[in-house]
Amino acid sequence: MNLFTIIGEALRALRQNRLRTGLTMLGMIIGVAAVVLMLSIGQGAQTKINQTIAEMGSNLFIVVPGATSSGGFSFGSGSIRTLTIHDAQAIAELPTVGATAPIISGTAQLNYTAKNWSTIITGTTPDYFSVGNWKIESGTTFTESDLRSANRVVVLGSVTAQNLFGGEDPVGKTIRITNRPFLVVGVLMAKGQSLTGRDQDDNIFIPITTSERQITGNQFPGSIRLMLVQCKSADDMDIAEIEITQLLRQRHRIAKGKENDFTVRNLTALADVATGAAKVMSMVLGAIASVSLLVGGIGIMNIMLVSVTERTREIGIRMAIGANQRTILTQFLLEAMMICIMGGLIGLLLGISGAWVVSQVADMLIVITLGMIGLAFLFASAVGIFFGFYPAKKAASLKPVDALRYE
Amino acid sequence: MLPLPMQTNHVGYPLIRIENLCKSYSLQDVNGRTITNQVLFNIDLTINQGEFVAIMGHSGSGKSTLMNILGCLDTPTSGSYWLSEKNVATLTNDELARIRNQKIGFVFQGFNLLKRVTALDNVATPLLYAGVGRSQSRKQAAEILRRTGLENFAMHQPNQLSGGQQQRVAISRALINQPPLILADEPTGNLDTQTSREIMLLFQQLNQDQGITIVLVTHEDDIAAYAKRLIRLKDGHIIYDKNNNTETILDKVS
Ligand SMILES: Nc1ncnc2c1ncn2[C@@H]1O[C@H](COP(=O)(O)OP(=O)(O)O)[C@@H](O)[C@H]1O
Ligand SMILES: [Mg+2]
Repeated sequence: MNLFTIIGEALRALRQNRLRTGLTMLGMIIGVAAVVLMLSIGQGAQTKINQTIAEMGSNLFIVVPGATSSGGFSFGSGSIRTLTIHDAQAIAELPTVGATAPIISGTAQLNYTAKNWSTIITGTTPDYFSVGNWKIESGTTFTESDLRSANRVVVLGSVTAQNLFGGEDPVGKTIRITNRPFLVVGVLMAKGQSLTGRDQDDNIFIPITTSERQITGNQFPGSIRLMLVQCKSADDMDIAEIEITQLLRQRHRIAKGKENDFTVRNLTALADVATGAAKVMSMVLGAIASVSLLVGGIGIMNIMLVSVTERTREIGIRMAIGANQRTILTQFLLEAMMICIMGGLIGLLLGISGAWVVSQVADMLIVITLGMIGLAFLFASAVGIFFGFYPAKKAASLKPVDALRYE
Repeated sequence: MLPLPMQTNHVGYPLIRIENLCKSYSLQDVNGRTITNQVLFNIDLTINQGEFVAIMGHSGSGKSTLMNILGCLDTPTSGSYWLSEKNVATLTNDELARIRNQKIGFVFQGFNLLKRVTALDNVATPLLYAGVGRSQSRKQAAEILRRTGLENFAMHQPNQLSGGQQQRVAISRALINQPPLILADEPTGNLDTQTSREIMLLFQQLNQDQGITIVLVTHEDDIAAYAKRLIRLKDGHIIYDKNNNTETILDKVS
């Protein structure tokens, strides 16, 4: 019997028992769909984190006032004001450091014509935009001379711009921040959420000098909430951390053996932790999905074994009229594989649609790669061959007379 | 009359030769001990091409056991079996499958048709196993069904056919590869008298017109009467082997 004919016989056997075929296939469908869905969610999360990290800016330290607390660190709990703009300037002079960006922040009420919007206001230096890897959508950032003169100029985050101006171009317009007029000089490109899930685009930026004197005010002039420090190269990160710590201890006149009154955090290292976590997560998701595929496979083996027992007499008849062992083996193996491949295809479509639905409903990034599809499919076929072989072998090795006598 | 092509048969050539054949089954008794149940004792038997043999005997006398060995569905415990001068014990599983496909046509008491498969495809299946394509197989199957008077039932499934029709389908299937030997184990066991007569006439016709060797198992005298040679089994021994026409009891082959 040629392969083509055996395929026909296998297909007919599957058609003869639609319900059983369907139920067995269901195991495969769910398994493959779960694998595709889980892998795409895991891959999506990983891609998203990588994007966020790339947008965050590279080789960054964040320096905040206050000692490292045992339970992590807080972003400068309001009362501690040990870091100053001058600290930031001094650190910028270190040979390993490229640039620093001191930050003070608060909330502010914005008005443009009849529209109101309340948002976070960040006072910083022009270097902030390059350190934080911000790109300009339109206009420019504010300049060193704006900083020196404490000009009333503002750069808008994309969400803020959208909320105040709608479709209008904000550049050159004047908005009011806590009732003082500011000239909009630029709008930033959207970045999305930060690693901690905060919307980074609902934000406005003004020169730190302007902020201190006119908007947020400052109990201790010159003090800042935090600063970003960008290292010249990734290799210098370790040295830079030591240098920054030494410099600040020296400037703050901290005696030997006394605790730091500031905390230096390596953001790149934090990012690595996040990336690692995402990888582990996608592996765990993949493993869970694989288990469901395995369960589907065992279901197939179970059904095939029942099917072999149920069809023992048929196998006997086929042997009596001339089927050899290889033909019987091939037919049963093909039946198992067809269930897997058809189930795999349906599962694939279901998984992809599911991923699409998740991306729409949960607003998550979902990544489906060809490799993923190939993997799910290969796995499905392997399950078919692996779990189909034993029952098929069992069927083929029956003695014709025993098979025929089977009731 | 079946207008199948006449086969070239050499009547008198030994098709089946069995020497000193024994068959026993091992079983576990209630205490888990293995007991051996011998079913066939030192059978010697030669059947020539073109013969029509009826094997008779009471239930449990070993008729089916012998038939299964003749049909290469089972293997003897000891002794030799030559089919067309080939020692069956030396053949591989694949060669045995080929012999069952090409040289032997089986007809069973319970018909043993494939369920939920049309009469046409049931008859065509042995051809598929012979490597013939599906459409060609169906064409030949349709032709055989026409000759056995079942052309109107080709697309019926077994459960839509009467017992006699099912047995005709089974006989058609047995004939499709034009085997020299047909083995029929109580083929009329499930049929009424009139249908049994028709089936036996069909066998007689196949034997007379085409020289197909037929070995038939039955426990009914009037069915055995269609055969040319009668063999009686009792408790695994051949107790007589005689020519049907002459009624002379031949010496028991020892
Ligand atoms: N597979 C088997 N295992 C054990 N004993 C068997 C088996 N097949 C047949 N027998 C025994 O062999 C004897 C002959 O059986 P069988 O050849 O079917 O008789 P018949 O066809 O003449 O009625 C019976 O006693 C039966 O119990
Ligand atoms: Mg019997």
